[in-house]
Amino acid sequence: MTEPLLELRGLRKAYGAIVVTDDVNLSVLPGELHAIIGPNGAGKTTLIHQISGTLSSDSGRVLFDGEDITHLPMHGRVLRGLARSFQITSILPAFSALENVALAVQARSGSSFRFFGDAAQEKALNEAAMEYLSMVGLAPRARVAAGLLSHGEKRQLELAVGLATQPKLLLLDEPLAGTGHEESLRVVETLQRLKGRITIVLIEHDMDAVFSLADRVSVLVYGRVIATDSPESIRANEEVRAAYLGEEEVV
Amino acid sequence: MTATFFAIQALNGLQFGLILFLIAAGLTLVFGVMDFINLAHGVQYMVGAYLVAAFSAWTGSFGWGLILALPTALAFGLLLEILIFRHLYDRDHLDQVLATFGVILFLNQGVKFVWGAAPLSVPVPEILSGSVVIMDGLLYPVYRIAIIAAGLLVAALLYVVVSHTRVGMLVRAGASNAPMVSALGVNIRRLFMIVFGFGAMLAGFAGAMVAPILSVQPGMGDNILILAFVVIVIGGIGSIRGAFLAALLIGLVDTLGRSFAPNLLRLVLDPSAASQTGRALAPMLIYIFMAAVLFFRPSGLFPAKR
Amino acid sequence: MPTAARLDLVPVAIFAVFAAAPFLASASGAEGYVLSLLTRVMIFGIAAMALDLILGYGALVSFGHAAFFGIGAYAVGILASHGVEDALVQVPVALAASAFFAAVTGAISLRTKGVYFIMITLAFAQMLYFLASSLAAYGGDDGLTLPARSLVAGSDFLENDYALYGATLACLLGAYILLRAVVASRFGRVLRGTKENITRMEAIGFQPFSFQLTAYVISGMIAGLAGCLLANQAEFVSPAFMTWQRSGELIFMVVLGGLGSLHGAIIGAAAFLLMEEFLPEILHAAGFFLNDDLRWRLTENWQMVFGPILILIVLFARGGIVGLLRRGHHD
Repeated sequence: MTEPLLELRGLRKAYGAIVVTDDVNLSVLPGELHAIIGPNGAGKTTLIHQISGTLSSDSGRVLFDGEDITHLPMHGRVLRGLARSFQITSILPAFSALENVALAVQARSGSSFRFFGDAAQEKALNEAAMEYLSMVGLAPRARVAAGLLSHGEKRQLELAVGLATQPKLLLLDEPLAGTGHEESLRVVETLQRLKGRITIVLIEHDMDAVFSLADRVSVLVYGRVIATDSPESIRANEEVRAAYLGEEEVV
Repeated sequence: MTATFFAIQALNGLQFGLILFLIAAGLTLVFGVMDFINLAHGVQYMVGAYLVAAFSAWTGSFGWGLILALPTALAFGLLLEILIFRHLYDRDHLDQVLATFGVILFLNQGVKFVWGAAPLSVPVPEILSGSVVIMDGLLYPVYRIAIIAAGLLVAALLYVVVSHTRVGMLVRAGASNAPMVSALGVNIRRLFMIVFGFGAMLAGFAGAMVAPILSVQPGMGDNILILAFVVIVIGGIGSIRGAFLAALLIGLVDTLGRSFAPNLLRLVLDPSAASQTGRALAPMLIYIFMAAVLFFRPSGLFPAKR
Repeated sequence: MPTAARLDLVPVAIFAVFAAAPFLASASGAEGYVLSLLTRVMIFGIAAMALDLILGYGALVSFGHAAFFGIGAYAVGILASHGVEDALVQVPVALAASAFFAAVTGAISLRTKGVYFIMITLAFAQMLYFLASSLAAYGGDDGLTLPARSLVAGSDFLENDYALYGATLACLLGAYILLRAVVASRFGRVLRGTKENITRMEAIGFQPFSFQLTAYVISGMIAGLAGCLLANQAEFVSPAFMTWQRSGELIFMVVLGGLGSLHGAIIGAAAFLLMEEFLPEILHAAGFFLNDDLRWRLTENWQMVFGPILILIVLFARGGIVGLLRRGHHD
């Protein structure tokens, strides 16, 4: 049994009387693509916020790479190799696609307290950034201002930025949300290529994508993990079927 | 002797705090409900003072002057809202700061244009002149007591309106979540106008009340505006209760600080050094106080937004 | 690319004008007046550029930047009144004091956001204003007249208006080059990133606070330098240097010139001060059809025209003067 890369122990979050994350235990193994699914309002995004450090947890612990990161701020977690993408696209619109990624590369290579020298001309940063852009198929659009990219391209850019922080684990919050068919195929393809190279936690509504990509799937219902298993077993799981009944005809 | 002096200063502090509250109440609602930073709120206070000066000179009576000044201040506030401010609600804070700064320049000069640069004085109304003995050896001007009473009355009225009427409910809801209120189908524009107009009138009322004890002059609203901002930031933007408590705190801290800081420092410093540091320190007190509050509670004591 | 190259001509043109102005001034016959006006323009240009670093590139609306003017000016004034008249001591002291004030107040202010930040920077500046007003030993409300302009390494060449003009121009150029480099550097890129999307910057591993605070300190120091120059230009130091209206004017200069371009701030400062200087005369000329009393009153109350101009610029001229220039180029 290998040590999990990410482990959640008894994680909890409540807003007043409403418990959004209820005693969640979850372990993500190194190298796997672990999908988290659940009906709308199951608390998936809250959980991602708690893992990434956008939201604090009421109780419970988050362990990453053998270290307790429960009380680390987001940027501290990123520097330890835990990166995330956002469900609502969150890029720097006035920066070019290349600069968006180069900035993330910069965060991981040397001090950013350098006051001289044109950062936009730093070869090492730009070349690395270009590589990540090629990885998600955005290289031809490198010089375009990120705000002018299409929605699908922005999602790909998110992915490239996430990769550029050189994470051990990448949290993806609905990377396919709002993308067209073509674009979503391209994102899935990219994820397929990344799979095995880095550990990925994927939250996604598109069940076709989830079942084709995931090594393991956890099902979140009303803030609780009701099952964690291989995609095949999840498909066959009665409890999961019951939870999804009437929600959508997917399983 | 010291006890009497302290009591007088405490009353002065209370009176100053209530005036601050009248100004801050409108400011905090405008801020909280519309997310609009209005530097020109201070000139509304000045306009109130000028209006009462003009109307009481015209009618020969402070009472009539006040009665005429209030609706005029309200109308003036609404006019500014329609002409300028409503075009700024969607802008960022920077634009709002600049445009309302322009309004200040205009109006400070405008009153000079109309009434001249020399300060005007407004006589204390006959019935409220003189002093009364409050306690042994403590004589206090009746007019200042009237200001305290009026301030408390308005605070109480405001409390009732904000917590027990439909408009008040909308205002409170708007301060904590404006998009939600407009999603409920409330005419948000009209709500804004009402809040704005009454905020302007309250500031005008404050200006009118202090006109007999201060000199009415251009720019008189500038420094008190900054204090009102300190008040609402300490109190928590959008919170009437916060504004009330913070206004009293600031009024007392400022007034008592100025009177007693040199004396208190004498305990640790030699007299001449104490009086010098005291005089230097006293006006800074409220800003130090504000910095301390914000250091521990970055969104004030009673934040309305969550 | 050609647009970018053409745009770079604007700062070159600005500095060429400032370099040529003294020669024209001596020909104009009113050289003392022209030199002192332009020296003021450059001093405010330095301060406005400093503000542009945090306002235009970091989206931090500091409403208390005049405080640094005051710190720089009072450092010169207080040291001079104690017999320390050399700029080689005064300027480092002013910079250190500005840096200290910026670091302390910035660390507190940056914990807050939005409107609270605007207000708390304002409050800190007010605090300093009242402190200066109560310093009886240094003139209190009335301010402090300098015995003479600062010496430089023992030499009193700044007494010459041309020399002071030259020194100010050198500071302006130095500040421009320094800030231009900072903005393009790794540090500057992070700062610009925090302006666009602060959460994103955290999500890629930056702690915005330390970058914003550093920018605030740099900005404060440069504005402090402008304060040293202002004291020398006016040969006088007073609390009026740091009123909140002055802070507002600095913001206005930056916005008028065009946020986030540095040279825009210089243009904005020039436009503002020249407008302030000549608006009364323009109004006097434009009011020829009015009777004498009204015409005089209009000229006297030129701010009544200035205020609405400000409002109109905010409402209708987005991007400031630099924005207009840029649009002109595209057409």
